Amino acid sequence: MIKTDIYTPTAQELKCYHCGEDCSTADIHISDKVFCCNGCKTVYEILNQNNLCEYYNIDENPGITKTKDIKRNYDFLDDRELIEELIDFTDGRTTKVTFSIPQMHCSSCIWILENLYKLNHAIKYSKADFLKKIVVVQFDQEKITLKEVVELLDSIGYEPDLNLEGKQQNKSNSETKKLYYKIGVAGFAFGNIMLFSFPEYLSFDSFHIDNISQVFSYLNVIFALPVFFYSASEYFISAFKGLRKKIFNIDVPVSLGITVLFSRSLYEILAQTGPGYFDSMTALVFLLLIGRVFQNKTYDSLNFERNYKSYFPISVTIKKGNKESTKPVGKLEVGDRIVIKNQELIPADSILIKGHGYIDYSFVTGESNPVEKVNGDILYAGGKQIGSALEVETVKEVSQSYLTQLWNNRAFHKDYENRLDTLVNIVSKYFTFIILCIAVIAAIFWWPNANLAFNAFTAVLIIACPCALALSTPFTLGNTLRIFGRNKFYLKNTGIVEKLAGISNIVFDKTGTLTETGNLKVKFEGEPLSDYEKKIVKTLVYNSGHPLSNGIYNLLQVDKLDNITEYRELPAQGIKAIIDGHNIQIGSRMFVTNNDPNETNLSTKVYLSIDNKIRGFFAVKNIYRVKVDQIISSLKNFFKLSLLSGDNDGEKEELQEMFGTNTEMMFKQSPQDKLDYVKSLQTKGNSVLMIGDGLNDAGALMQSDVGISISEDANNFSPACDGILESKSFLKLDEFIKFAKTSKYIIIISFILSFAYNIIGMYFAVQGTLSPVIAAILMPLSSISVVIFTTLSTNILAKKKGLI
Amino acid sequence: MSVILVLIGFSLFVALMFLGAYFWAVKSGQYDDKYTPSVRILFDDKKEIEKDEIKDNKHKLSK
Repeated sequence: MIKTDIYTPTAQELKCYHCGEDCSTADIHISDKVFCCNGCKTVYEILNQNNLCEYYNIDENPGITKTKDIKRNYDFLDDRELIEELIDFTDGRTTKVTFSIPQMHCSSCIWILENLYKLNHAIKYSKADFLKKIVVVQFDQEKITLKEVVELLDSIGYEPDLNLEGKQQNKSNSETKKLYYKIGVAGFAFGNIMLFSFPEYLSFDSFHIDNISQVFSYLNVIFALPVFFYSASEYFISAFKGLRKKIFNIDVPVSLGITVLFSRSLYEILAQTGPGYFDSMTALVFLLLIGRVFQNKTYDSLNFERNYKSYFPISVTIKKGNKESTKPVGKLEVGDRIVIKNQELIPADSILIKGHGYIDYSFVTGESNPVEKVNGDILYAGGKQIGSALEVETVKEVSQSYLTQLWNNRAFHKDYENRLDTLVNIVSKYFTFIILCIAVIAAIFWWPNANLAFNAFTAVLIIACPCALALSTPFTLGNTLRIFGRNKFYLKNTGIVEKLAGISNIVFDKTGTLTETGNLKVKFEGEPLSDYEKKIVKTLVYNSGHPLSNGIYNLLQVDKLDNITEYRELPAQGIKAIIDGHNIQIGSRMFVTNNDPNETNLSTKVYLSIDNKIRGFFAVKNIYRVKVDQIISSLKNFFKLSLLSGDNDGEKEELQEMFGTNTEMMFKQSPQDKLDYVKSLQTKGNSVLMIGDGLNDAGALMQSDVGISISEDANNFSPACDGILESKSFLKLDEFIKFAKTSKYIIIISFILSFAYNIIGMYFAVQGTLSPVIAAILMPLSSISVVIFTTLSTNILAKKKGLI
Repeated sequence: MSVILVLIGFSLFVALMFLGAYFWAVKSGQYDDKYTPSVRILFDDKKEIEKDEIKDNKHKLSK
């Protein structure tokens, strides 16, 4: 007899086979596999039917939970115009489209997304890019529609993030490619020129006799041409742009050096007076371009430029007469009647026509508790409906709505090109001036000897070419950026590190920044409940979808009962039922007691009565992030802190304890108020770091010198900002700021180092005796040693501080 | 010494071939995604029949 072990999972082991979430019961299962919800089970069934269970072998519990899943309607993808905007390419039969899949998180995801053709044979090919979190799908247009492809992806848990902004990415992609080409050309020329210059360094006698040296020199000219005109072109363009605005950026002395190197070498070779410095020139351009690659490190999957449009749904359901159809948000007109379903955003300011509104504005205002709305009320754009579907009529266009008007503020149209204040640009201004002076003095000194004067003049400009100077910043900051990235702190570009080092004020948002998102702490106050009573309460709240009910449900760690009768939910008041023979009511004070009309507000206290006897109330509080007080008290010593909240001042005392009395605290702040507050700090000469999360902070994040958005997961939506900080790393905030300062000091030290090299080179240059060999050794040596110094020192210091 | 010139010409030809190969690699997108291919190569191409057998076996076991 074969003994078969029947798998009996214990309570601790109940993890969903699909997504790995804890399951409360083993009710949902297929043979020995337990699922947390029917959604997960369905995905498993789909995959199992198609022989795709390999998915579960690559990574453990790879799936995306379907617990909080809502049925989405993709009818809007039938709209021809919209399809054309979304797809990359079509030839009438085969269509290619790129989807952004933020949920992609493991090897299994890549595997399943690349095996879509097994699920539906009309899909010809799909290719995932993990870092960018996109998947390119090619499908047969005659057999499957775009809508069906999206539904297929959604059915296995990978809901594509559909928006019309995705196309910008292609541009930055082609820029990177261009840079790679330029590096290829420069590296190729550098290597070959080095090879041809070698005999010159060693000064073979026979080398000069046979005219081979001439041939080599001319070959060098040919190699140097594309480097000068193609690879180095962006330095000239940037220097020219800077000069036109009367800014001496670092590219000015760099281009000056490259130009002098090129022309003097060309002259020497054509006049047959020497071998030229093409080896140094190409090495320099090559190294500079590598520095640029290092600096251009970007987080492809993260989007730092989101505006309100990416928060909004791509289309809405509109109702004409009794017919429902979909319409892209952009085409929404005043007077359109929209249907807003559960968990959907309101795209434009509108009037509530039908249904019971329970709107969560946390996204827009930071106010954590949803508000009730009745017919005739104005609903502002950005609110999210919780509960049953609503019918609303738009009163303003999307772009003119209360929320979106914030984007018309000047802060959103800042000119970011004008980065005058970076350390390297300040230095280069004086540097260029001093170098030109030295060059002129050297020329005057040798003047009667025109040849020597010319040599000295050009040699000074060549040796002073601030290659090391230009490389120290990208390498230091690029490395800092990477170190931050490892700690889940993602910055938009390297310039932000420098700005972060210079801040004086920190402004915090409260909801979602200091507190955890989506987590309400519920506390019961009053006569303690017995286990049996807890069971009754749990049974009651189980039937309601209200967020407060969910909070209470999670508080009570008991089983629920079954026999519930006469359940009633009175919107904005409370819920009641008869459970196991007991009459139970939960809701506002007025609802429960039928008197005391002063306290009808349901948001802060939820009263409970069992058998018409009031037992107490459930108080709702925000949960602060773990150890948030520690980080505040450590930051308090170095920076001036402020707190802005869209919420009421109910928790002022608690916050005061945390922040101390020195901190300015503002409550009930609108998004515009927040922006203005940051601006007022800046006009007083402060450099402001704003830390926020939702759309309500978007203006302040934009206006501040450094705007950091905090997020549970960096791939979630976050408003336009300079950096995204994953909430797990929030406690390291002070370390990050300190380290940004450290990198600034490292840059200053590397500047001193490169000046030291310049002084040594100057010694040869002013005498007019700069030989190509010395130049070819000194210039790359200085650059490489500076690069090694900055990279090593940032790594060592990061390790010391525990950031690596 | 003119043999050097021939050799130089030949070495340049080889070097240019490599430059061309590099350009082709950049153009064909090999530098676009530096992570996913490293994962993709580890996926096994199991035969469909094998999987059916495994599934059947599991089925028997669970009975």
